[in-house]
Order: sequence, then structure tokens, then C-alpha cells
Amino acid sequence: MIAALAFYVFAAILIASAVMVVTARNPVHSVLYLILAFFNAAALFLIAGAEFLAMILVIVYVGAVAVLFLFVVMMLDIDFVQMKEGFQRYLPIGAIVGGMLFLELLFVYGAWQFADDAQGLRMHPNPADVATNTQAIGRILYTDYIFLFQASGLILLVAMIGAIVLTLREKPANSRRQNIAVQVARAHAVTMKDVPKRAGLAELGGIIRRPLPAAKKPKAVAHDDQHGGGHH
Amino acid sequence: MLNIGLSHFLSVSAILFVLGVLGIFLNRKNIIVILMSIELILLSVNLNFVAFSSALQDLTGQIFAMFVLTVAAAEAAIGLAILVIYFRNRSSIAVDDVSTLRG
Repeated sequence: MIAALAFYVFAAILIASAVMVVTARNPVHSVLYLILAFFNAAALFLIAGAEFLAMILVIVYVGAVAVLFLFVVMMLDIDFVQMKEGFQRYLPIGAIVGGMLFLELLFVYGAWQFADDAQGLRMHPNPADVATNTQAIGRILYTDYIFLFQASGLILLVAMIGAIVLTLREKPANSRRQNIAVQVARAHAVTMKDVPKRAGLAELGGIIRRPLPAAKKPKAVAHDDQHGGGHH
Repeated sequence: MLNIGLSHFLSVSAILFVLGVLGIFLNRKNIIVILMSIELILLSVNLNFVAFSSALQDLTGQIFAMFVLTVAAAEAAIGLAILVIYFRNRSSIAVDDVSTLRG
């Protein structure tokens, strides 16, 4: 009874938020409704008994994918009004195609019945000796589906590398960067000297300075011995 | 009516799927919402997997729903990356302009 009521409430919110995702004027609102839809779908998963998948949905989708969407929507400077052009124009054909699809799905599901030997053909029936859904999934996932599991990890790796390679911006060749060597050598305050090896600054008599031009007198910078040691 | 069975989940997932398809049709200018509609479609597929898994007491459906989740996450990441570089080049994300990318 409670489960049925919860199912109807969550399903109603899920469908309403899905409608809002599709029709919202502002893409930011669409993303927020998408997050709401994912939460309610997780609740439906819980009602169906897939606890681990429900938590994965909340963590992966709400925590990562939806936030990624939110970042991209907010990062791009988009004219939202212009985005909605063609909404009215494509509504009839969209409604026709959607209605046809829905009718077909209803026909399929209305006539659905399991085969007589469906129970016998199950690959991994729910184990009786395992307490939690997570443990049961782990037993199967890391044994029978280990190669698929590794392959899905590989897919994620490729997706990560692909996303980085696509969005990484190379610095253009004429961009200006800080060149420390040029900066240091620019003023004639310090000269380069060939010094004997293993000779300290004090034995050389400190930093040798060139006489500065008389016209512009730079600010006096204390180049004493303990400071100048880093220049060599 | 008060017993939640397979048909209830299948109905919700069918509605969700149709809404996703409708979203692709309606938001022809906005790739971001199209990507979100694809996420909705994949969510409905996951709901189907979980519903059948629950009805048959078979865990395979949940395993496959997890793989669908993985692929959907990868797809979202790549799609958004393509979207970002496209926006950098064109300063718009209208789908109509994408055909100018052809070689």
C-alpha cells in the first residue's frame, strides 16, 4: 500500500520533471529538473529492489554528470531566447512521432507475457544466501562479467582522455609569456662573469656592477653578499 | 492497481522514452537539451532493465543497467567536450550550423 503510493508519487514527479526538462525555456532550469528526475528515478529503483543501482544513479548522475551539464550550461554564453526558435514549428511532427512510438510501446507491453520457461532461463537468480543487493551484484560483476567490467573501465578512460584532448587549448605561438632570463639580463645592473670553480662570492669581491647611466638613477637595491648568492 | 508490478514500471519508462524523443524534436536549436533528452532516454532504458530484473528476480538486468550508466556517462563527457570546442569556434550551439563543419 505504502509502496504503491510512493511509486505513484515518484513516477508522477519523474514524468513531470521530464516534461519540464524538455520544455523549460532556460537550460539551467532544464538541468535542475534533470537532477530532480534522476532523484525520482533512483527512488523508483529502490522500490523495484535495486538498491545499489539507485545509489549509483544518485552518485554518478546527480553528483557527476548533471553537475557537468550545469557547468557547461553556465560556462557557455548562450542567447536563450534564440534557442527556443522552432519550438512551435517542430511541435506537430514531434507529437506525431512521439505518439506513434508511445502507441507502439503500449501495444508491445500490453501483450507482454513471459515465456513458460522464463524462470528456468534466468542467468543469475537472486541468491538466497546473500543479505544485500550490493553483495549479490558484486559476486556476479567481479566473476562472470569481469571482462565487461574492465571494458567499461576502458571506455571511461578513453572518454576521459578524449574530453581532455578535445578541450585542451594550445597556447598560440605569438602569445607572450614571462621569460625570466631576459628579465634578469635586461638591466645592466648585473654582469655575467666566468668564475673559477668552487669559488664563493666573497672571494670574488661580491657582485661586480657596471656603472649605471647617470641620467636615470634607479632605486637603490641592496645587493649585498647574502642576497647575491643566488645569482651564480 | 495497488500492486506495483512490471506493467507499472514499463508504462513509466515508456512515457519517459517518448518524452526524451519529443525533447530531441522540440529543441532543434539547443544541443545541450538534446544531450539531456538522450540522458532521459537512457534512464528509461535503465528503468526497463531494472523492472524486468525485479520481475524475474534475475540480477543480470541490474548488471547491464550499470553498463548502460557507464556508457551514458562517457557519452555525456564526450558530447559536452565537443559542444565546448564547437562553441569556441562558432560562438553558438545551434544544430543547424553544425553542417558547416563538414570537410
